[in-house]
Amino acid sequence: MALKVVRRALSAQSWASAWHFVRTNKMLVTGLGIVFVLAVSGHVASIFVDAERADVGAGAPARPPSWLPAAKNHPGFALGTDQQGRDVFADLLLGTPATIRIGLIAGLLGVLAGTLLGFTGGYFGGLWDTFVTLATDVFMTIPALMILIVIVSMVQVLSTEALGLIIASLAWPAPARMIRSQVLTMRERAYVQIARLNGVRDFKIIVMEMVPNLLPFLAAGLVGATAAAVLASIGLSALGLGPQNEPSLGLTIYWSLFYGALIRGMWWWWGPPMLIIVLLFIGLFLAAAGLDQIANPRLRKSA
Amino acid sequence: MSVDYVLRRSLLLVAVIFVAVTLNFFIPRLSGRNPIEARLYEAAAQGGVNVGRINEIIDEYEAKFGLDRPLWRQYLFYWADIMRGDLGVSIQELGTPVSTVILRRLPWTIGLLLTATMLAFTVGSLFGALLAWRKSPRAFTAFVPLLMTLSAIPFYLLGIVLIFGLAMTWQFFPAGGAYKFGLDLAWSWESIWSIFKHAVLPSTAIVLGGIGFWGLNMRGMMITTMGEDYMKFADYKGLREKRIFLNYGLRNAALPQFTALAIVLAHVVSGAVLVEVVFTYPGVGHQLYRAIVTNDYFLIQGIILLVVVSVAVGLLIMDMLYPLLDPRIRYQRS
Repeated sequence: MALKVVRRALSAQSWASAWHFVRTNKMLVTGLGIVFVLAVSGHVASIFVDAERADVGAGAPARPPSWLPAAKNHPGFALGTDQQGRDVFADLLLGTPATIRIGLIAGLLGVLAGTLLGFTGGYFGGLWDTFVTLATDVFMTIPALMILIVIVSMVQVLSTEALGLIIASLAWPAPARMIRSQVLTMRERAYVQIARLNGVRDFKIIVMEMVPNLLPFLAAGLVGATAAAVLASIGLSALGLGPQNEPSLGLTIYWSLFYGALIRGMWWWWGPPMLIIVLLFIGLFLAAAGLDQIANPRLRKSA
Repeated sequence: MSVDYVLRRSLLLVAVIFVAVTLNFFIPRLSGRNPIEARLYEAAAQGGVNVGRINEIIDEYEAKFGLDRPLWRQYLFYWADIMRGDLGVSIQELGTPVSTVILRRLPWTIGLLLTATMLAFTVGSLFGALLAWRKSPRAFTAFVPLLMTLSAIPFYLLGIVLIFGLAMTWQFFPAGGAYKFGLDLAWSWESIWSIFKHAVLPSTAIVLGGIGFWGLNMRGMMITTMGEDYMKFADYKGLREKRIFLNYGLRNAALPQFTALAIVLAHVVSGAVLVEVVFTYPGVGHQLYRAIVTNDYFLIQGIILLVVVSVAVGLLIMDMLYPLLDPRIRYQRS
């Protein structure tokens, strides 16, 4: 049985269909690929690169990049060191996955909460729906970053995970609104109506009929929420409000601004994290655009 | 526009302000941090206050600011204060009222943000429409990835790149501030020129990022509009190209842009906060950054409240203006 599955997975036909998927969803595949490589590269590299090199005083301060060995058994600082002697390269290797992790935590929880709210509101309607709609409208109007700044400047954020949780608390409105509007149209579709006329219970209709059709929207919502969370986390960290004891992309930007890396021409300090951030956002943007195409096939023509 | 709609829309504004004020009140109090205590210990560390009697001083101040009253009464008093426009006093700026500190900074932010957003909106929309226009040169499509990249980068990172390129490497523009250091501002050409020169880079950062977003959006709208029958009809009637583009295409495709403006306004304002930090531009955003660095809680809360309320009011105004732009919209309950 298991062998059969494996053989089928390896058959030429499934390869062809996978290749077809890649070819027809170039944006999605490229985007997810970029994010995946960024997320994984740090973990892979941590096998080879000593984490202590991202600590303060790992090398001489403010050294430009050089491939020459810094000392015996020390491979040198490929991206130089910052004002406090951190190895910028090692700092980024640890910081990039941390930043993506914050985004994923906040994105997942935000989509989960948003889906629950939007789904129940759209499906059951009534007073609860009025409440959900109002709450969503209110929190879509309030700039989330502002409220996050209040929270984070009052509460000492000590870990990457804690920052992810805090950002998650404001990541639900956009998914909630999207899922609610989808559920509203889906509720009136023939297949749901027929299931209901047949006396299928609410729970079964939701799980068996509606959730599978919502999957592309959930995926698009997840990517969108993750991008927003990454943006918020980098913004907060760049303001010096994130956890200061764990490397992250925003924290590197914060320190480089704090020590005037721009004025002092230390491009190797602010340049590489910026490149990674730009790459990360382009990856997320492409993934979101690609998922949009799957969810609304009509967009395909215009892209 | 129906009365019902105006009422419902105003209710949302009230709800937004209520939530913002309530969050602003409860978050600091739930966090268990005491700003007065923190400031006094800081002063003690610098050797300004007798450490032995610090608790007495804290009690004294808490009574003075009403922090010893029950929470619900503090909450009501907080509302009463806000209604009177009293946002408390800045802890670091030696007791200057928060509202004074904010008002001093506000003109810079409004000037920068308004100009930059309007420029980005106009240029981006026009550019996006041209990208989708059938008579545009084929080479135009090469700009689409550029727009995608620009829209994916946070404003303040564009700002850092601009500083590096146009203020450090080639020193065309100043890297920070709003006018030449030490200049006495007056209604003179020198002042205006100096303010302009300092505003170029920060606004370019916002405009570039905005063009990406508005351009991509507009391109999508325009492609849909191009498929409409009235576009073909206008063409068969033999109307001039320019008229079809502006009055038939642009006019219709631009409408959803205004809705989008309402949706991303909050995002633009947040982004501008960080642009000001990068450029040390003396606006509200930079003041917020300084308040965070110096633990000036009242100032932080005041600025956040101001930003939230102004975004909400801006959205309300835009929603009210929308029927004027699009006569098809009546806002009546179906």
